[in-house]
This record gives sequence, C-alpha cells and structure tokens, in this order.
Amino acid sequence: MANQEMRAVLADQLLELMAVNDKIVVIDADLARANGTLKIRDAYPDRAFDVGIAEQNMASVAAGMASYGFIPFIGSFTPFATRRICDQVTVSISYAKSNVKIIGSDPGITAELNGGTHMSVEDIGVLRSNPNMVIFEPVDAIQLEQAVPQIVGYDGPVYIRLFRKAIENVFGPGYRFGLFQADVIREGTDVSLFASGIMVQESKKALELLDAEGIHAELVNIHTIKPIDADAVVASARKTGAVVTCENHNVVGGLGSAVAEVLAERYPCYIRRVGIQDRFGQVGRLPFLKEEYHMTARDIAEAAKEAVALKRKPERDNLLNCSRTHSDHSESGLKS
Amino acid sequence: MDLRKKRLLEAKAKKIRYLTMDELGHLGVGHVGGCLSIADVLSVLYFSEMKIDPKNPKKEGRDRLVLSKGHAGPALYAALAERGYFDPALLHTLNQPHTLLPSHCDMLRTPGVDMTAGSLGQGISCAVGMAKAAKILGESSYVYCIIGDGESQEGQVWEASMAAAQFKLDNLIVFLDDNGLQIDGAVRQINSIEVPGRRWAAFGFHTFDVNGHDVEEIEDAIEAAKAEKGAPSMIVLHTVKGKGVSFVEAAGVKNHNMPITPEQTQQALRELA
Repeated sequence: MANQEMRAVLADQLLELMAVNDKIVVIDADLARANGTLKIRDAYPDRAFDVGIAEQNMASVAAGMASYGFIPFIGSFTPFATRRICDQVTVSISYAKSNVKIIGSDPGITAELNGGTHMSVEDIGVLRSNPNMVIFEPVDAIQLEQAVPQIVGYDGPVYIRLFRKAIENVFGPGYRFGLFQADVIREGTDVSLFASGIMVQESKKALELLDAEGIHAELVNIHTIKPIDADAVVASARKTGAVVTCENHNVVGGLGSAVAEVLAERYPCYIRRVGIQDRFGQVGRLPFLKEEYHMTARDIAEAAKEAVALKRKPERDNLLNCSRTHSDHSESGLKS
Repeated sequence: MDLRKKRLLEAKAKKIRYLTMDELGHLGVGHVGGCLSIADVLSVLYFSEMKIDPKNPKKEGRDRLVLSKGHAGPALYAALAERGYFDPALLHTLNQPHTLLPSHCDMLRTPGVDMTAGSLGQGISCAVGMAKAAKILGESSYVYCIIGDGESQEGQVWEASMAAAQFKLDNLIVFLDDNGLQIDGAVRQINSIEVPGRRWAAFGFHTFDVNGHDVEEIEDAIEAAKAEKGAPSMIVLHTVKGKGVSFVEAAGVKNHNMPITPEQTQQALRELA
C-alpha cells in the first residue's frame, strides 16, 4: 500500500463499493485517464461514463441522476471541479442537497507542470461558503481507503480534494478514520500545527526540526475543513496557546481562515498561516514550488517559532516584526 | 384529438392561467409573461401526457418535468394545484415567508416539483441526467423539460443538448418556449437563436415546430416525439409572452417581471372566467 497512487486507491475503492451498491455512478469530463477512473468503465460500462469537456453539464447531470437515487462521483482537476462550475455546484448540488461527490484532483501546487491556470489556490475558499458542502482532503492512501465508504454512506454533497500520485503514508494499520473527526498525529505542548493534505507530510518533518530546538509541537490533521472539528481545534489551542496552519491552498479562505474563525470565537490566540500567500501558482516541480511558496518544513518550523514567541511575549512590536516577515514573501504588494 | 378532449385541455389551460393570475395578483408582482406563455403545454402535460400520481409525488417510475426556466414556477404551481398535488389555497402563499411555493422551483419545498431550477441553463442538464438515470434503471418513463429562448443563450444549454444526443436519450423531450422576448429586449436583437429548430436538429435532436397555444398541435408533437427512437426531441413552441391576458400581452418586453394591481388582477380574472 505504501507506494500506491492515491487515484488508484480511489478507483479501487469505487470498484469495491460499486460491486455491492448499484447506485454509485462515476462521471468524468475527459479526465478519467488522468484521475484513474477509466478502468471503472470496463467493469461497469453503464455506470461509468464521460460527458466530455463540459464540466458544468457534468455537475447538473449528476444532480439529475441523484434525484433518481444514484450516488454520482464527478471529477476533474480542482479548478474545473470548483471555481469553473461554482454556480452549478451551488444550485444543482448544494442548494438542492443533491447527493453528489465531487473529486477535485491535483490540488494547489501539486498540479506542477500544468502551472498557474491549473493550480486552484482558492477551491476550498470557494466551496467553504457553500452551505451543505462537506470538504475533505485526504492525507494518504490509508486515510483515503477508509474515507471513501464513509463518504458514500454520508447523504449529501462532498468535495474530495485529491492528490493524485503516490505519497508517503502518515497513518498506520491501527488508524481509524472518522469523516468529521480531526486526528492528533503527534501530541505536543508548545505549539499546534494544524495541517491538511500534502502539508501533513511536510509538517511531520517540521516536528523534527522543532524538537531539535526544544520546541515540542503538536500535529493535528484537519482532513475535513468543512464542517471543521472545532472542538479538536480548540482543545489543541488550549493546550499550546500558539497555532500554525499549514495548507496547500491560499491562506485566504482555506484551512487557515477556517481555524482562525473558530479560535477568534472560542479561544483567541496568535496564528501563523503557512500556505500560498495570496498568489497564483506557476510551473515547477514540487520541491521547487514548496521553496518558492514558502511551504517547506523549514517554513513551518519558522512560523511555529514566531507563534511561540508571540505567545511568550505578546507585545505590539513583536507582532509587527512577525507580520513584516510574511509580507516580504508576498508579491501582492499589499502593505502590512 | 377528439373535440371533447381538446375542449377539456383548453379549459385546463385557461384554468391554469386563471390560477396563475390570481396567485401573482395576490402577491402583487411576478414573472407573468413567461408564466402565461407556457399554460398550454402545462395543460397537455399534466392533464393528458404525463404518467403521474398527485397523491404520490415521489412515485418511482413516474414521468418527470424540469421547468428549467424556473422563474415560471407560479405557472407550474397552478398546474400542480389544479391537478391535485396540493390545496389551491396554497397558491396565495407564493413568496411569503417560509412558503412551500418560492418564485423559482425548489424540489425540496414543493410537492410535485421534480427538480430545483432558477439559475438558467442548469435545469436542462439535470434533465439529461434524469433521462440517463431512467435509462439505467430500465424505466419506460419520460423526462420533459421546458427551456426559454433567452435561457438558450446560456452555454450550458448546448452542453446539455450535445450530451442528450450523444447518450441517445429518446426518453427526453424538451420544449422551447419561443416567445421571442427576454428582459432587455427581443431575443433576436440581443443574441438570436434563429432558427431554433434547425439549431437543435444540428445538435442531433428530432425537432418539431408547433403553435405553442394549440393543445392539439402540442399533443400531436409529443406523440410524434415518443414514436421517434434513438435521439432526444425538441418541440419548439411558438408562443406569445403573456398570452391570454390583454394587459400582460400589451406590456410586451416589460412583462417578464411586472407589478400587478388589484384592479388588473380583477380584469385578468374576468378575461379568464
């Protein structure tokens, strides 16, 4: 399982579930080959099909099928599964409470050589404002394998933000996934790292960097950003008093914003948001892009140290120093 | 069509218009023009063609209607009330707080509404999905869909049309309410879909052109559409926006969404008595 591609895990899960549930259908917009769902058509030619490069149609077609009791999985690259079809997702799916599952693949910087147009840095932000939408981003194959049946069992729209390729496993054989429960991966006392998707693997490396400096961080995987496990967020923040969010998404509108909303209401503390600092993506391989967008383990560790420093000395000067650091990185030209 | 049936369907169309004007007049405002233009096709569907059970709105295997031009909800509600889906007294609750009858069709609120619509272009895509679902389930049911001519300016309508033909959905019958008008003017002057029948034929549909206010022509077209296999059907209804009420027709392009005074309501009800 360690090196199985995430898209293969998803396709295998769907095949298993389709064998016992004749309501599941899989609809693609000419990306079945890329998303690993093409082989499903061999087994189920009537229940897995293409609509061609027509994503808006795909979303509403799925809603129509859902009204007959089907459970459609639709999919495309993240931008075309979300922002491009935002109104169809909102009206045909969310507003009508259609039981449609939306797969957005190649999230954030993982679109690599497809570059800026294909890197949706705002897909979670777009969908978070959608009432009734559940937003889930799997960390590894082990989590995804347990998630798919729960997603099928949940009656309502779900967005699955899927890294397509193979990734290092974070969870082990004893792991028990709960769609609406965040997972504490490593307990700590000094700072909370709330991470999702590929940034969990990155955060794990940050734990080691921080340990070496005597900072014992807690790592929590917020795999479901909506509805967020607010109790888990508050519980961790209460323990540590300092928070870093780590996401492969714009720091505007995604995990960082969701965590900030919870804490501002229930347990205010200083937050540092690691992720794409309100910039568009660009072509590159992951190692380059992680450096370029300050999303490396080192960046997470630096942010954690800032958060800890703020906690220990929460003065205005200290606050200004930290915010200047992050605006240096931003291309947006916005003043801090 | 025998004369008795024709008179019945004409009477039902008139009743749908009557109930619609009473409904909209009670509220004082609404999408009158586009409601009145489809009264006749609604009559044929709900009082002749559709295999439905008002006492069992979610019956499996039933025929379904998607009113993709969802703003004509009030007309559909009038038809549903007359057909027995709910108490006609409910029509006076149109757009009131917590109503079961919102301006745009909502499948979660109104008994008898098969698909939520309102954002133009989406309903017809849903109808394609519904027809596909019916095929997979092996149903002998039909999916009917009413789209507007202004609505046909939305690209999604053409995505849906391509898919309908690609999937050979001969259980899908789409009606175009070709009333020639939209909000900012005449369709022809803003973004023309001339000649609609030819366009949909090019997209692989069986096409029919009928007088959208002649119940016999409408029913004959539906029957002919059902006889055709292997492709979806498009029945172009040549209609008048506001048909059946003098001052609504006279308002022309302003009748998409207009205020209605109590005096106007009374006048309309007299004309439709």
